[in-house]
Amino acid sequence: MDQFAVKVFVRLRPSVLDPAGEATKSASIKLGAEGIKSLRIGKMIEVKIEGNGENEVREKINLLCDRLFANTVIEDYEYSLEKL
Amino acid sequence: MDNFTVGVVVFPGSNCDRDVSWALEGCLDIRTKYLWHESSDLSDVDAIVLPGGFSYGDYLRCGAIARFSPLINALDEFVKSGKRVLGICNGFQILTESGFLPGALTANKNLNFICDDVELDIISSKGGWFNNGGQKQTIKLPIAHGEGRYHCDSDTLKKLVDNELIALRYKNNPNGSSFDIAGITNEKGNVLGLMPHPERACDETIGGTDGLFTLKSLILK
Repeated sequence: MDQFAVKVFVRLRPSVLDPAGEATKSASIKLGAEGIKSLRIGKMIEVKIEGNGENEVREKINLLCDRLFANTVIEDYEYSLEKL
Repeated sequence: MDNFTVGVVVFPGSNCDRDVSWALEGCLDIRTKYLWHESSDLSDVDAIVLPGGFSYGDYLRCGAIARFSPLINALDEFVKSGKRVLGICNGFQILTESGFLPGALTANKNLNFICDDVELDIISSKGGWFNNGGQKQTIKLPIAHGEGRYHCDSDTLKKLVDNELIALRYKNNPNGSSFDIAGITNEKGNVLGLMPHPERACDETIGGTDGLFTLKSLILK
């Protein structure tokens, strides 16, 4: 069995309003940061997972992302995978 | 009312389950039974309410974890049999997360947790959930949510409109919901999800009775 470290990034789809991102953008500008054009907040999920090779692990992660980690009505996801 | 029994689902973190049961039993004389989320035996209830609250602490997304409970797994057969399911607030979020209703509920536009009475237009009579004898086309119900902004893509919205699945719309949209949507039904009409709390509007002494019709309609066949 191989072990992999997976980092999943879940983001609101570009068409979905992100009020928390807007509030943080507003606070960033109040802090004095200049030049911020856009600020959106997502989630990062770290998973350590075993499987027989990368393909099998990708299948498992795809299932987790599609059915649990992200709500694909409003969110997109992508992930990186590193063999340990 | 005969032996008709409404199952009120209790998740860890539900906090409107007692209110729903109180309103059904005390105001409408409808028998209720609490259903623990680990149960998958729905054989002795005739309708189900998914109450408001913060199931599983709203971890990950509101309603996302509740979707995997044994009870929600058993709900598919229950819904297919035509029995009625009412999802209130967190219950609505669970119904969208688990695919019984389209769309999703996300953070309110202004990020506030909104606790207020709102006026709502009754849009569709599908399922008879708001049948009040034709006296009222606008009702007033309390809302209490931080993540009640209904969102769906334009194709889904068109389908909701074309098939008369939009049950309620806010008169003055408080949270930024698409198309002012406060509640929707499935195509058959036996599943209703809404952000407002009908169980908190069942007695004049606490501010109104516009929620009675919706709870009473649980016993419709």
